[in-house]
Amino acid sequence: MSDQHDPASESATATPAKGNRRNFMFKIGAGLVGIGGLLVAAPILGYVFAPAFSNWEKRRSWIDLGGVKQFPVGETVLAIYKNPIFGPTAGEANEIPCWVRRKSETEFQIFYINCAHLGCPVHWFEESKLFMCPCHGGVYYEDGSRASGPPPRGLFEYDWQVVRDKLYVYGGELPNLQIPGKTPKDDITPLTIDGVGYLGGKEVKTS
Amino acid sequence: MMSSIKTAWTWIDDRTGIMQMLGPPLKHHVPRNAKWWYVFGSCTLLFFTIQVVTGICLALVYAPSGDSAYDSLLYLDYVVPGGWMLRAIHAWSSNAMVFMMLVHMTQVFLHGAFKFPREMTWIFGVALMLTTLALAFTGQVMRWDSDAYWGVGIGASMMGRIPFIGGWLTHLILGGPIIGGDTLSRFFSLHVFILPGAMIGLIGGHLMLVLRHGISEEPKKGGPGEFVDKATYRAAYKERMKKHGVPFFPDAAQRDMVFCGIMLIVLVVVAAWYGPIGPSPRPDPANILVNPRPDFPFLWIFAILALLTPTIEDYLIIVAAPVVLMVLFLVPFLAGTGSRLASSRPIASLSVVLLITGLLVLSWLGVTSPWSPHMSAWTSDAVPPVFVKGRTPLQLQGALVLQHSQCRNCHSLDGLGGKRGPELGDVASRLSRDQIIRQVQQGDGNMPAFGKNLTAAETDALAAFLYSCHPPGVQPATRPGAQIKQLIELDKARANN
Repeated sequence: MSDQHDPASESATATPAKGNRRNFMFKIGAGLVGIGGLLVAAPILGYVFAPAFSNWEKRRSWIDLGGVKQFPVGETVLAIYKNPIFGPTAGEANEIPCWVRRKSETEFQIFYINCAHLGCPVHWFEESKLFMCPCHGGVYYEDGSRASGPPPRGLFEYDWQVVRDKLYVYGGELPNLQIPGKTPKDDITPLTIDGVGYLGGKEVKTS
Repeated sequence: MMSSIKTAWTWIDDRTGIMQMLGPPLKHHVPRNAKWWYVFGSCTLLFFTIQVVTGICLALVYAPSGDSAYDSLLYLDYVVPGGWMLRAIHAWSSNAMVFMMLVHMTQVFLHGAFKFPREMTWIFGVALMLTTLALAFTGQVMRWDSDAYWGVGIGASMMGRIPFIGGWLTHLILGGPIIGGDTLSRFFSLHVFILPGAMIGLIGGHLMLVLRHGISEEPKKGGPGEFVDKATYRAAYKERMKKHGVPFFPDAAQRDMVFCGIMLIVLVVVAAWYGPIGPSPRPDPANILVNPRPDFPFLWIFAILALLTPTIEDYLIIVAAPVVLMVLFLVPFLAGTGSRLASSRPIASLSVVLLITGLLVLSWLGVTSPWSPHMSAWTSDAVPPVFVKGRTPLQLQGALVLQHSQCRNCHSLDGLGGKRGPELGDVASRLSRDQIIRQVQQGDGNMPAFGKNLTAAETDALAAFLYSCHPPGVQPATRPGAQIKQLIELDKARANN
């Protein structure tokens, strides 16, 4: 290749051999950039989309809501627990409220605070025995079933168990119509106290 | 002195080629009749610029961290000199940007400026609208107050309506299984990096297209460019600009400058007068005594979601919203040629009237939200004296049951109380005593059943009280509808007075 060679006319006068070499180089270049790009993109996409693919059900856990004596039979009261899955900057957003209804000596219902319509916090009214939502006016009966307004279903409920006279709630997720609050039986991890596992208030074998 | 500045400028211009670059866009010819209707786009861009500048300033102090964002807002408002004013300008300029964008879009639509060959300009515009709304929503989350917390919750619940991938999407936007610090960080990245970046790229494209196709003339009956014909429009437009066009700078830009100047003054006055928006109570979900409301660009959605029946709500969120967006994108292909005159396009003009009326009415309903129970009405709104005077002991007892059972949260007496259910001050003129008892016990329509929660004595007293609630001169109902004639006469008498 001489110094006087005009680059503009190069492509027109290039011999097939030269063209093939350039073509080859281009293919190698595209391949390398492609592989390198994928190698860089994989950790980035993994990092951004990780929350969507994590099995949060497996990471939920049992949280102590206190002695059962705190919950009078026949009453519904507000309880607050710290969400078990949290980052270092969660702050006060990690204080999760829930409504605890003690149906009888041994039976509880624990409702998520979130309205089944669009997630606003429902209030309990002792006198009329109704939950009311301040956003769009959803209303629920004492047992969490839908009474009126736009909610398509009753209140979401938590899994719970009573172990050694303490009420435990299975916390860790924000429910919506696709994430129905209760955890599939196979995904629930037992509560472990002093090396003994508990599920449904009964001792179970822990793996 | 002047000559040395001139020499320096000539040198800079020669070495950078700045005028060669800026000259053609500034001097490009625009229609002579492109006057005051054409200032809204520039003004939207101005507000975006203000958002960028004030946003960078706010980021000097604001902490995008779940445990300190709220406190950094208070710090901005009360300690940092001028911090409150910067927050106020950022918030009001955001509202102004959304508003101005809608005005610009309406003008473009009514003048048929989206028609051939400017289809892509419109499509970029719709993408800009979506980005602007996304910035407004993520900006509301930046406040990280109770409205932001529950606002994100509403977003997550809407994701839950989408079949199959709803749960996946929920965790993606929350950055975890529940609203927390990672949620705020995600929205911060969107609000401060991703969306503004997208916005700047889209604005670049939008402006490039404006230069490529030129600004369309204001359509006038029999005027140039009234009809768009693909075969002739481009050449004819080019010819007209050559003959009658005026340079954008300064001929058209001067109007932009006047309007933008006025808007800047209005913005600063409004920001100084009304101050920053929010924050509402702390983002503590355990504080459930809150009344979550979205910012103004989303009040209409808030209203729609309250007014729909549960059966069609899912279809609206999953099907109708994407369809409406598709139609917006496809507008230039549905009506790409023909007359640009609004008066010759009845469907287009009527849809604008319908849309604007709908948005205004729904937004107003969102402000008043009559569907929301008044959570404290049962203790804060007393029974007006007129409903107590001359009542029997049983009826008075019934008034107590009415208060104590939270009926007033949804029902008003003389306009005082919740508006979710019908006014009870004249209920006896509509329902007989038996019907009142049935309604209370079994509920109906949108009313919960109180049968299990009220004793027989309480129900009896409540019915006695409610049956005494009728306008003077109207007998209480003995069977449904019997009082209609009386009510009509009463209305007539009132009208005559």
